[in-house]
Amino acid sequence: MTRLIDIRPGRGGRFLLGALPILALLFVYLLASEARHADNPADKVLPTFAAMAQAIHAFTTDRDPASDRVVIVADTIASLYRLGVGLAIATGTALILGLLLGVVPLARALLGPVVAVIAVIPPVAVLPILFIVLGLDEASKIALIAIGITPFMTRDLTSFVVSLPAEQFAKAQTLGANSWQLAIRVALPQLMPRLIAALRLSMGPAWVFLIAAEAVASDVGLGYRIFLVRRYFAMDIILPYVAWISLLAISSDALLLFASRRGFPWAHGAGR
Amino acid sequence: MSALIELRNIWVEYGDKIVLERVSLQLAEGSFVAVVGPSGAGKSTFLRLILGQEPPTRGQVLLGDMPMRAECGPDRGVVFQRYSVFPHLTTLRNVMFGIECGQAPFTARLFGAQRRAARDKAAEMLAAVGLEHSLDVYPAQMSGGMQQRLAIAQALVKHPRILLLDEPFGALDPGTRLDMHALITRLWQEHGLTILMVTHDIGEAFKLGTRVLAFDKRRHDPHAPHRFGATVTYDLSLDRKTLPPPALVEAVGDTDPRKEIA
Repeated sequence: MTRLIDIRPGRGGRFLLGALPILALLFVYLLASEARHADNPADKVLPTFAAMAQAIHAFTTDRDPASDRVVIVADTIASLYRLGVGLAIATGTALILGLLLGVVPLARALLGPVVAVIAVIPPVAVLPILFIVLGLDEASKIALIAIGITPFMTRDLTSFVVSLPAEQFAKAQTLGANSWQLAIRVALPQLMPRLIAALRLSMGPAWVFLIAAEAVASDVGLGYRIFLVRRYFAMDIILPYVAWISLLAISSDALLLFASRRGFPWAHGAGR
Repeated sequence: MSALIELRNIWVEYGDKIVLERVSLQLAEGSFVAVVGPSGAGKSTFLRLILGQEPPTRGQVLLGDMPMRAECGPDRGVVFQRYSVFPHLTTLRNVMFGIECGQAPFTARLFGAQRRAARDKAAEMLAAVGLEHSLDVYPAQMSGGMQQRLAIAQALVKHPRILLLDEPFGALDPGTRLDMHALITRLWQEHGLTILMVTHDIGEAFKLGTRVLAFDKRRHDPHAPHRFGATVTYDLSLDRKTLPPPALVEAVGDTDPRKEIA
Protein backbone atom coordinates (compact mmCIF):
# COMPACT_ATOMS: atom_id res chain seq x y z
CA MET A 1 0.00 0.00 0.00
CA THR A 2 1.22 3.52 -0.73
CA ARG A 3 2.49 5.19 2.38
CA LEU A 4 0.89 8.43 3.48
CA ILE A 5 4.12 10.40 2.97
CA ASP A 6 4.31 9.21 -0.64
CA ILE A 7 0.89 10.50 -1.71
CA ARG A 8 1.53 13.76 -3.54
CA PRO A 9 -1.42 15.85 -4.73
CA GLY A 10 -1.34 17.23 -8.29
CA ARG A 11 -1.76 20.88 -9.20
CA GLY A 12 -5.56 20.88 -9.15
CA GLY A 13 -5.60 18.69 -6.06
CA ARG A 14 -3.33 21.09 -4.19
CA PHE A 15 -5.56 24.02 -5.11
CA LEU A 16 -8.68 22.23 -3.90
CA LEU A 17 -7.03 21.07 -0.68
CA GLY A 18 -5.73 24.56 -0.01
CA ALA A 19 -9.15 26.12 -0.57
CA LEU A 20 -10.90 23.63 1.70
CA PRO A 21 -9.87 25.02 5.13
CA ILE A 22 -10.57 28.58 3.98
CA LEU A 23 -14.07 27.66 2.84
CA ALA A 24 -14.58 25.71 6.06
CA LEU A 25 -13.59 28.75 8.13
CA LEU A 26 -16.01 30.97 6.20
CA PHE A 27 -18.75 28.38 6.67
CA VAL A 28 -18.12 28.12 10.41
CA TYR A 29 -18.23 31.92 10.63
CA LEU A 30 -21.52 31.95 8.73
CA LEU A 31 -23.06 29.39 11.10
CA ALA A 32 -21.80 31.19 14.20
CA SER A 33 -23.02 34.54 12.90
CA GLU A 34 -26.47 33.10 12.09
CA ALA A 35 -26.71 31.54 15.51
CA ARG A 36 -25.83 34.76 17.29
CA HIS A 37 -28.27 36.78 15.20
CA ALA A 38 -31.05 34.27 15.87
CA ASP A 39 -30.39 34.93 19.55
CA ASN A 40 -29.97 38.70 19.30
CA PRO A 41 -30.78 40.45 15.97
CA ALA A 42 -28.69 43.50 17.03
CA ASP A 43 -25.50 41.44 17.59
CA LYS A 44 -22.34 43.35 16.59
CA VAL A 45 -19.61 40.82 17.40
CA LEU A 46 -20.10 38.54 14.40
CA PRO A 47 -21.78 40.69 11.71
CA THR A 48 -23.53 38.94 8.84
CA PHE A 49 -22.02 39.03 5.37
CA ALA A 50 -24.87 41.35 4.33
CA ALA A 51 -23.97 43.83 7.08
CA MET A 52 -20.32 43.68 6.05
CA ALA A 53 -21.25 44.30 2.42
CA GLN A 54 -23.14 47.37 3.52
CA ALA A 55 -20.16 48.63 5.53
CA ILE A 56 -17.83 47.95 2.59
CA HIS A 57 -20.14 49.95 0.36
CA ALA A 58 -20.02 52.80 2.86
CA PHE A 59 -16.26 53.04 3.23
CA THR A 60 -15.65 52.63 -0.50
CA THR A 61 -18.00 55.51 -1.41
CA ASP A 62 -17.98 57.92 1.56
CA ARG A 63 -15.27 60.53 1.54
CA ASP A 64 -12.78 61.28 4.26
CA PRO A 65 -13.45 64.91 5.26
CA ALA A 66 -9.77 65.78 5.68
CA SER A 67 -8.47 64.63 2.29
CA ASP A 68 -11.71 64.44 0.30
CA ARG A 69 -10.73 60.96 -0.79
CA VAL A 70 -12.79 57.81 -0.44
CA VAL A 71 -12.17 56.58 3.11
CA ILE A 72 -10.42 53.31 2.34
CA VAL A 73 -8.36 54.89 -0.43
CA ALA A 74 -7.18 57.66 1.91
CA ASP A 75 -6.34 55.09 4.61
CA THR A 76 -4.54 52.78 2.17
CA ILE A 77 -2.47 55.56 0.62
CA ALA A 78 -1.45 56.91 4.02
CA SER A 79 -0.51 53.48 5.38
CA LEU A 80 1.31 52.30 2.28
CA TYR A 81 3.27 55.56 2.16
CA ARG A 82 4.46 55.10 5.75
CA LEU A 83 5.17 51.42 5.18
CA GLY A 84 6.96 52.06 1.90
CA VAL A 85 9.21 54.83 3.16
CA GLY A 86 9.96 52.96 6.37
CA LEU A 87 10.84 49.77 4.53
CA ALA A 88 12.89 51.65 1.94
CA ILE A 89 14.98 53.28 4.67
CA ALA A 90 15.36 49.96 6.47
CA THR A 91 16.27 48.06 3.31
CA GLY A 92 18.80 50.63 2.14
CA THR A 93 20.47 50.90 5.53
CA ALA A 94 20.53 47.14 6.08
CA LEU A 95 21.98 46.56 2.61
CA ILE A 96 24.85 48.99 3.09
CA LEU A 97 25.55 47.93 6.68
CA GLY A 98 25.17 44.22 5.94
CA LEU A 99 27.59 44.45 3.03
CA LEU A 100 30.09 46.50 5.01
CA LEU A 101 29.93 44.31 8.11
CA GLY A 102 29.97 41.12 6.08
CA VAL A 103 32.91 41.98 3.86
CA VAL A 104 35.12 44.02 6.20
CA PRO A 105 36.07 42.21 9.44
CA LEU A 106 37.20 45.52 10.96
CA ALA A 107 33.75 47.04 10.43
CA ARG A 108 32.20 43.89 11.87
CA ALA A 109 34.33 44.17 14.99
CA LEU A 110 33.48 47.87 15.32
CA LEU A 111 29.74 47.90 14.58
CA GLY A 112 28.60 44.30 15.15
CA PRO A 113 28.07 44.66 18.92
CA VAL A 114 26.13 47.96 18.55
CA VAL A 115 23.80 46.42 15.98
CA ALA A 116 23.31 43.38 18.23
CA VAL A 117 22.40 45.63 21.18
CA ILE A 118 19.98 47.73 19.15
CA ALA A 119 18.39 44.59 17.72
CA VAL A 120 17.25 43.35 21.14
CA ILE A 121 15.37 46.57 22.02
CA PRO A 122 11.64 45.98 21.51
CA PRO A 123 10.82 48.65 18.89
CA VAL A 124 7.35 49.47 20.22
CA ALA A 125 8.96 50.32 23.56
CA VAL A 126 10.80 53.22 21.94
CA LEU A 127 7.63 54.52 20.26
CA PRO A 128 7.03 57.12 23.03
CA ILE A 129 10.61 58.36 22.55
CA LEU A 130 9.97 58.70 18.83
CA PHE A 131 6.76 60.63 19.45
CA ILE A 132 8.56 62.98 21.84
CA VAL A 133 11.59 63.48 19.59
CA LEU A 134 9.97 63.45 16.17
CA GLY A 135 6.47 64.65 16.96
CA LEU A 136 3.20 62.94 16.11
CA ASP A 137 3.53 63.31 12.33
CA GLU A 138 4.64 60.87 9.69
CA ALA A 139 8.30 60.91 10.78
CA SER A 140 7.74 59.02 14.02
CA LYS A 141 5.69 56.27 12.35
CA ILE A 142 8.22 55.83 9.55
CA ALA A 143 11.04 55.85 12.11
CA LEU A 144 9.35 53.09 14.13
CA ILE A 145 9.15 50.84 11.08
CA ALA A 146 12.74 51.59 10.08
CA ILE A 147 14.10 51.10 13.60
CA GLY A 148 12.10 47.93 14.07
CA ILE A 149 13.28 46.27 10.87
CA THR A 150 16.83 47.52 10.20
CA PRO A 151 18.82 45.78 12.98
CA PHE A 152 17.35 42.37 12.32
CA MET A 153 17.80 42.72 8.56
CA THR A 154 21.37 43.98 9.03
CA ARG A 155 22.25 40.98 11.16
CA ASP A 156 20.67 38.58 8.71
CA LEU A 157 22.48 40.08 5.72
CA THR A 158 25.79 40.27 7.58
CA SER A 159 25.69 36.62 8.55
CA PHE A 160 24.76 35.72 4.98
CA VAL A 161 27.81 37.51 3.56
CA VAL A 162 30.02 35.98 6.24
CA SER A 163 28.74 32.52 5.33
CA LEU A 164 29.64 32.88 1.65
CA PRO A 165 32.40 30.32 0.95
CA ALA A 166 35.87 31.65 1.82
CA GLU A 167 37.02 30.03 -1.43
CA GLN A 168 35.05 32.63 -3.40
CA PHE A 169 36.78 35.50 -1.63
CA ALA A 170 40.22 33.91 -2.11
CA LYS A 171 39.43 33.25 -5.76
CA ALA A 172 38.29 36.82 -6.34
CA GLN A 173 41.50 38.11 -4.82
CA THR A 174 43.62 35.87 -7.04
CA LEU A 175 41.69 37.37 -9.96
CA GLY A 176 42.91 40.79 -8.91
CA ALA A 177 39.82 42.09 -7.11
CA ASN A 178 40.38 44.79 -4.47
CA SER A 179 38.11 45.14 -1.43
CA TRP A 180 35.67 47.43 -3.21
CA GLN A 181 35.44 45.26 -6.33
CA LEU A 182 34.97 42.22 -4.15
CA ALA A 183 32.13 43.90 -2.27
CA ILE A 184 30.23 45.13 -5.33
CA ARG A 185 30.90 42.27 -7.74
CA VAL A 186 31.02 39.17 -5.52
CA ALA A 187 29.15 39.90 -2.28
CA LEU A 188 26.52 42.44 -3.38
CA PRO A 189 24.94 40.49 -6.26
CA GLN A 190 24.71 37.35 -4.15
CA LEU A 191 23.24 39.40 -1.32
CA MET A 192 20.38 40.81 -3.43
CA PRO A 193 18.10 37.72 -3.43
CA ARG A 194 18.76 37.36 0.29
CA LEU A 195 17.79 41.01 0.74
CA ILE A 196 14.45 40.36 -0.93
CA ALA A 197 13.94 37.27 1.22
CA ALA A 198 14.73 39.31 4.35
CA LEU A 199 12.34 42.02 3.18
CA ARG A 200 9.57 39.46 2.67
CA LEU A 201 10.13 38.17 6.19
CA SER A 202 10.11 41.65 7.72
CA MET A 203 6.82 42.63 6.09
CA GLY A 204 4.94 41.00 8.97
CA PRO A 205 6.70 42.95 11.75
CA ALA A 206 6.54 46.11 9.60
CA TRP A 207 2.74 45.91 9.50
CA VAL A 208 2.66 45.38 13.26
CA PHE A 209 4.76 48.50 13.86
CA LEU A 210 2.70 50.51 11.39
CA ILE A 211 -0.61 49.60 12.95
CA ALA A 212 0.74 50.14 16.45
CA ALA A 213 1.97 53.62 15.55
CA GLU A 214 -1.27 54.49 13.76
CA ALA A 215 -3.37 53.23 16.65
CA VAL A 216 -1.59 55.50 19.10
CA ALA A 217 -1.48 58.78 17.20
CA SER A 218 -2.84 59.36 13.72
CA ASP A 219 -5.77 60.83 11.84
CA VAL A 220 -5.72 58.62 8.80
CA GLY A 221 -4.51 55.10 7.97
CA LEU A 222 -5.67 51.51 8.03
CA GLY A 223 -4.59 50.94 11.62
CA TYR A 224 -6.10 54.25 12.72
CA ARG A 225 -9.47 53.32 11.16
CA ILE A 226 -9.59 49.92 12.84
CA PHE A 227 -8.84 51.38 16.25
CA LEU A 228 -11.27 54.28 15.65
CA VAL A 229 -14.28 52.12 14.83
CA ARG A 230 -13.39 49.66 17.61
CA ARG A 231 -15.04 52.18 19.97
CA TYR A 232 -18.38 51.44 18.28
CA PHE A 233 -17.87 47.65 18.12
CA ALA A 234 -17.95 48.11 14.33
CA MET A 235 -16.87 44.57 13.51
CA ASP A 236 -18.55 44.99 10.12
CA ILE A 237 -15.79 47.51 9.26
CA ILE A 238 -12.90 45.91 11.17
CA LEU A 239 -13.21 42.49 9.54
CA PRO A 240 -13.16 43.75 5.92
CA TYR A 241 -10.26 46.07 6.84
CA VAL A 242 -8.31 43.14 8.26
CA ALA A 243 -9.07 41.17 5.10
CA TRP A 244 -7.88 44.11 2.97
CA ILE A 245 -4.63 44.36 4.96
CA SER A 246 -4.07 40.63 4.48
CA LEU A 247 -4.66 41.01 0.76
CA LEU A 248 -2.14 43.87 0.57
CA ALA A 249 0.38 41.79 2.49
CA ILE A 250 -0.11 38.71 0.30
CA SER A 251 0.18 40.66 -2.93
CA SER A 252 3.32 42.53 -1.85
CA ASP A 253 4.87 39.20 -0.84
CA ALA A 254 3.98 37.67 -4.22
CA LEU A 255 5.38 40.74 -5.99
CA LEU A 256 8.69 40.47 -4.14
CA LEU A 257 8.97 36.76 -4.90
CA PHE A 258 8.25 37.45 -8.55
CA ALA A 259 10.86 40.21 -8.65
CA SER A 260 13.46 37.92 -7.05
CA ARG A 261 12.76 35.12 -9.55
CA ARG A 262 12.92 37.49 -12.50
CA GLY A 263 15.94 39.45 -11.32
CA PHE A 264 18.06 36.62 -9.92
CA PRO A 265 17.30 33.41 -11.81
CA TRP A 266 20.60 31.86 -10.68
CA ALA A 267 19.40 32.02 -7.07
CA HIS A 268 16.23 30.07 -7.86
CA GLY A 269 17.71 26.98 -9.50
CA ALA A 270 18.81 28.95 -12.59
CA GLY A 271 15.92 27.91 -14.78
CA ARG A 272 16.65 24.22 -14.51
CA MET B 1 65.62 26.00 -14.14
CA SER B 2 65.19 28.99 -11.84
CA ALA B 3 63.28 28.75 -8.59
CA LEU B 4 59.91 30.48 -8.84
CA ILE B 5 58.99 29.90 -5.22
CA GLU B 6 61.29 29.23 -2.35
CA LEU B 7 60.30 28.24 1.17
CA ARG B 8 62.89 28.75 3.89
CA ASN B 9 62.45 26.80 7.10
CA ILE B 10 58.68 27.22 7.28
CA TRP B 11 56.73 26.42 10.44
CA VAL B 12 52.96 26.69 10.70
CA GLU B 13 51.44 26.44 14.17
CA TYR B 14 47.89 26.90 15.43
CA GLY B 15 48.40 27.56 19.12
CA ASP B 16 49.95 24.38 20.50
CA LYS B 17 49.26 22.41 17.37
CA ILE B 18 52.16 22.21 14.97
CA VAL B 19 50.96 21.58 11.43
CA LEU B 20 54.11 22.03 9.36
CA GLU B 21 57.67 22.03 10.59
CA ARG B 22 60.98 22.73 8.90
CA VAL B 23 59.71 22.87 5.34
CA SER B 24 62.43 24.14 3.02
CA LEU B 25 62.13 23.66 -0.69
CA GLN B 26 62.20 25.35 -4.06
CA LEU B 27 59.64 25.07 -6.81
CA ALA B 28 61.05 25.45 -10.30
CA GLU B 29 59.37 27.46 -13.02
CA GLY B 30 57.52 25.25 -15.47
CA SER B 31 57.29 22.27 -13.13
CA PHE B 32 54.14 20.33 -12.28
CA VAL B 33 54.44 19.61 -8.57
CA ALA B 34 52.01 17.15 -7.05
CA VAL B 35 51.60 17.08 -3.28
CA VAL B 36 50.37 13.91 -1.60
CA GLY B 37 50.03 12.74 1.96
CA PRO B 38 47.54 11.34 4.43
CA SER B 39 44.69 13.48 5.77
CA GLY B 40 45.84 16.04 8.30
CA ALA B 41 49.42 16.10 7.05
CA GLY B 42 49.27 19.76 6.17
CA LYS B 43 48.92 19.45 2.38
CA SER B 44 46.20 22.07 2.21
CA THR B 45 47.99 24.28 4.74
CA PHE B 46 51.02 24.15 2.46
CA LEU B 47 48.88 25.23 -0.50
CA ARG B 48 47.21 28.03 1.49
CA LEU B 49 50.64 29.21 2.54
CA ILE B 50 51.75 29.64 -1.06
CA LEU B 51 48.35 31.08 -1.98
CA GLY B 52 48.86 33.67 0.75
CA GLN B 53 45.66 32.78 2.61
CA GLU B 54 47.66 32.28 5.77
CA PRO B 55 51.09 33.42 6.95
CA PRO B 56 53.82 31.07 8.19
CA THR B 57 54.42 31.19 11.96
CA ARG B 58 58.15 31.13 11.26
CA GLY B 59 60.19 31.15 8.09
CA GLN B 60 60.00 32.91 4.80
CA VAL B 61 58.22 32.42 1.50
CA LEU B 62 59.91 33.96 -1.53
CA LEU B 63 58.15 34.46 -4.84
CA GLY B 64 60.66 35.18 -7.61
CA ASP B 65 63.31 36.13 -5.02
CA MET B 66 60.99 38.68 -3.36
CA PRO B 67 59.44 38.01 0.09
CA MET B 68 55.79 37.22 -0.44
CA ARG B 69 53.06 39.01 1.47
CA ALA B 70 50.49 36.75 3.12
CA GLU B 71 47.67 37.90 0.89
CA CYS B 72 46.10 36.39 -2.22
CA GLY B 73 47.17 38.17 -5.38
CA PRO B 74 46.76 37.90 -9.14
CA ASP B 75 50.20 36.32 -9.60
CA ARG B 76 48.89 33.10 -8.06
CA GLY B 77 45.81 31.47 -9.57
CA VAL B 78 43.79 28.90 -7.66
CA VAL B 79 41.20 26.19 -8.25
CA PHE B 80 39.59 24.67 -5.18
CA GLN B 81 37.69 21.42 -4.98
CA ARG B 82 34.43 23.40 -4.75
CA TYR B 83 33.14 27.00 -4.68
CA SER B 84 35.77 28.23 -7.13
CA VAL B 85 33.28 29.87 -9.49
CA PHE B 86 30.78 32.65 -8.85
CA PRO B 87 27.25 31.24 -8.86
CA HIS B 88 25.66 34.58 -9.83
CA LEU B 89 27.64 35.00 -13.04
CA THR B 90 27.35 33.16 -16.33
CA THR B 91 30.34 31.22 -17.63
CA LEU B 92 31.48 34.09 -19.79
CA ARG B 93 31.05 36.69 -17.04
CA ASN B 94 32.92 34.44 -14.61
CA VAL B 95 35.97 34.49 -16.88
CA MET B 96 35.59 38.18 -17.70
CA PHE B 97 35.63 39.00 -13.98
CA GLY B 98 39.43 38.84 -13.76
CA ILE B 99 39.88 41.11 -16.78
CA GLU B 100 37.28 43.57 -15.50
CA CYS B 101 38.91 43.78 -12.07
CA GLY B 102 42.27 44.54 -13.64
CA GLN B 103 41.04 47.22 -16.03
CA ALA B 104 38.24 48.95 -14.13
CA PRO B 105 39.33 49.53 -10.52
CA PHE B 106 36.21 51.43 -9.51
CA THR B 107 33.26 50.03 -11.46
CA ALA B 108 34.74 46.55 -12.04
CA ARG B 109 32.78 46.62 -15.30
CA LEU B 110 33.91 47.35 -18.84
CA PHE B 111 32.03 49.05 -21.64
CA GLY B 112 32.27 49.37 -25.40
CA ALA B 113 35.40 48.20 -27.19
CA GLN B 114 37.14 47.18 -23.97
CA ARG B 115 34.18 45.02 -23.07
CA ARG B 116 34.16 43.35 -26.47
CA ALA B 117 37.88 42.68 -26.19
CA ALA B 118 37.42 41.16 -22.72
CA ARG B 119 34.54 39.08 -24.03
CA ASP B 120 36.60 37.74 -26.90
CA LYS B 121 39.50 36.92 -24.63
CA ALA B 122 37.19 35.14 -22.18
CA ALA B 123 35.50 33.20 -24.98
CA GLU B 124 38.91 32.15 -26.30
CA MET B 125 39.95 30.92 -22.87
CA LEU B 126 36.68 29.03 -22.49
CA ALA B 127 37.25 27.39 -25.86
CA ALA B 128 40.69 26.30 -24.63
CA VAL B 129 39.07 24.36 -21.78
CA GLY B 130 36.30 22.98 -24.00
CA LEU B 131 33.43 25.16 -22.80
CA GLU B 132 32.87 27.02 -26.09
CA HIS B 133 29.26 25.80 -26.22
CA SER B 134 28.33 26.91 -22.69
CA LEU B 135 29.08 30.62 -22.65
CA ASP B 136 25.80 31.85 -21.20
CA VAL B 137 24.88 29.27 -18.58
CA TYR B 138 25.11 29.63 -14.82
CA PRO B 139 27.39 27.31 -12.81
CA ALA B 140 24.40 25.65 -11.15
CA GLN B 141 23.35 24.35 -14.56
CA MET B 142 26.72 22.72 -15.19
CA SER B 143 28.22 19.39 -14.11
CA GLY B 144 31.08 19.26 -11.61
CA GLY B 145 33.62 18.67 -14.38
CA MET B 146 32.38 21.66 -16.35
CA GLN B 147 32.55 23.85 -13.24
CA GLN B 148 36.19 22.85 -12.71
CA ARG B 149 36.95 23.60 -16.37
CA LEU B 150 35.40 27.01 -15.83
CA ALA B 151 37.42 27.56 -12.65
CA ILE B 152 40.62 26.76 -14.55
CA ALA B 153 39.74 29.11 -17.43
CA GLN B 154 38.86 31.82 -14.90
CA ALA B 155 42.27 31.50 -13.25
CA LEU B 156 44.28 31.25 -16.49
CA VAL B 157 42.85 34.44 -17.95
CA LYS B 158 45.00 36.36 -15.43
CA HIS B 159 48.19 34.52 -16.61
CA PRO B 160 49.25 33.60 -13.06
CA ARG B 161 52.89 32.76 -12.43
CA ILE B 162 51.79 29.63 -10.60
CA LEU B 163 48.50 27.77 -10.68
CA LEU B 164 47.48 26.19 -7.39
CA LEU B 165 45.06 23.26 -7.50
CA ASP B 166 43.54 22.05 -4.22
CA GLU B 167 42.19 18.57 -4.87
CA PRO B 168 40.61 19.91 -8.05
CA PHE B 169 39.36 16.58 -9.37
CA GLY B 170 38.52 14.94 -6.03
CA ALA B 171 34.75 15.31 -6.42
CA LEU B 172 34.58 14.13 -10.03
CA ASP B 173 33.65 10.71 -11.37
CA PRO B 174 36.52 8.56 -12.76
CA GLY B 175 35.74 9.18 -16.43
CA THR B 176 35.51 12.95 -16.02
CA ARG B 177 38.69 12.85 -13.97
CA LEU B 178 40.59 11.25 -16.87
CA ASP B 179 39.31 13.97 -19.22
CA MET B 180 40.46 16.61 -16.74
CA HIS B 181 43.91 14.97 -16.50
CA ALA B 182 44.28 15.27 -20.26
CA LEU B 183 43.04 18.87 -20.16
CA ILE B 184 45.35 20.05 -17.40
CA THR B 185 48.36 18.31 -18.99
CA ARG B 186 47.62 20.00 -22.32
CA LEU B 187 47.14 23.43 -20.72
CA TRP B 188 50.33 22.98 -18.70
CA GLN B 189 52.31 22.25 -21.87
CA GLU B 190 50.64 24.80 -24.16
CA HIS B 191 50.71 27.73 -21.73
CA GLY B 192 54.02 26.86 -20.08
CA LEU B 193 52.38 26.89 -16.65
CA THR B 194 53.85 26.19 -13.26
CA ILE B 195 51.40 24.04 -11.33
CA LEU B 196 51.18 22.97 -7.71
CA MET B 197 48.49 20.36 -7.17
CA VAL B 198 47.38 18.89 -3.86
CA THR B 199 45.71 15.53 -4.25
CA HIS B 200 44.59 12.51 -2.26
CA ASP B 201 45.08 10.31 -5.26
CA ILE B 202 48.66 9.09 -5.40
CA GLY B 203 48.11 7.62 -8.86
CA GLU B 204 47.00 11.02 -10.12
CA ALA B 205 50.10 12.60 -8.56
CA PHE B 206 52.48 10.22 -10.29
CA LYS B 207 50.59 10.41 -13.56
CA LEU B 208 50.53 14.21 -13.84
CA GLY B 209 53.47 15.53 -11.85
CA THR B 210 57.06 16.16 -12.83
CA ARG B 211 57.82 16.13 -9.14
CA VAL B 212 55.97 14.58 -6.23
CA LEU B 213 56.18 15.92 -2.69
CA ALA B 214 54.86 13.70 0.09
CA PHE B 215 53.96 15.31 3.40
CA ASP B 216 53.85 13.30 6.60
CA LYS B 217 54.98 13.42 10.21
CA ARG B 218 58.49 12.17 10.73
CA ARG B 219 58.05 11.88 14.47
CA HIS B 220 54.93 10.88 16.30
CA ASP B 221 54.14 11.13 19.99
CA PRO B 222 51.05 9.01 20.70
CA HIS B 223 50.36 10.96 23.89
CA ALA B 224 50.57 14.37 22.20
CA PRO B 225 49.64 13.92 18.54
CA HIS B 226 49.90 17.65 17.83
CA ARG B 227 53.39 17.95 19.27
CA PHE B 228 55.12 17.30 15.97
CA GLY B 229 54.28 18.79 12.61
CA ALA B 230 54.45 17.28 9.17
CA THR B 231 57.21 17.93 6.72
CA VAL B 232 58.32 16.73 3.30
CA THR B 233 59.10 13.04 3.66
CA TYR B 234 59.57 12.24 -0.01
CA ASP B 235 60.69 14.59 -2.75
CA LEU B 236 60.75 12.68 -6.01
CA SER B 237 61.68 14.07 -9.39
CA LEU B 238 59.89 12.11 -12.03
CA ASP B 239 60.58 11.17 -15.50
CA ARG B 240 57.39 9.48 -16.51
CA LYS B 241 58.74 6.06 -15.48
CA THR B 242 59.29 6.58 -11.77
CA LEU B 243 56.99 4.50 -9.61
CA PRO B 244 55.95 5.48 -6.10
CA PRO B 245 57.95 3.71 -3.38
CA PRO B 246 55.89 1.05 -1.54
CA ALA B 247 56.38 2.80 1.80
CA LEU B 248 54.78 5.95 0.42
CA VAL B 249 51.85 4.03 -1.00
CA GLU B 250 51.30 2.53 2.41
CA ALA B 251 51.61 5.89 4.19
CA VAL B 252 49.03 7.59 1.98
CA GLY B 253 46.79 4.57 2.33
CA ASP B 254 45.69 4.40 -1.25
CA THR B 255 45.21 1.51 -3.65
CA ASP B 256 48.49 0.64 -5.29
CA PRO B 257 48.78 3.03 -8.23
CA ARG B 258 51.69 1.17 -9.74
CA LYS B 259 49.28 -1.20 -11.40
CA GLU B 260 47.37 1.72 -12.84
CA ILE B 261 50.45 3.41 -14.26
CA ALA B 262 52.33 0.31 -15.42
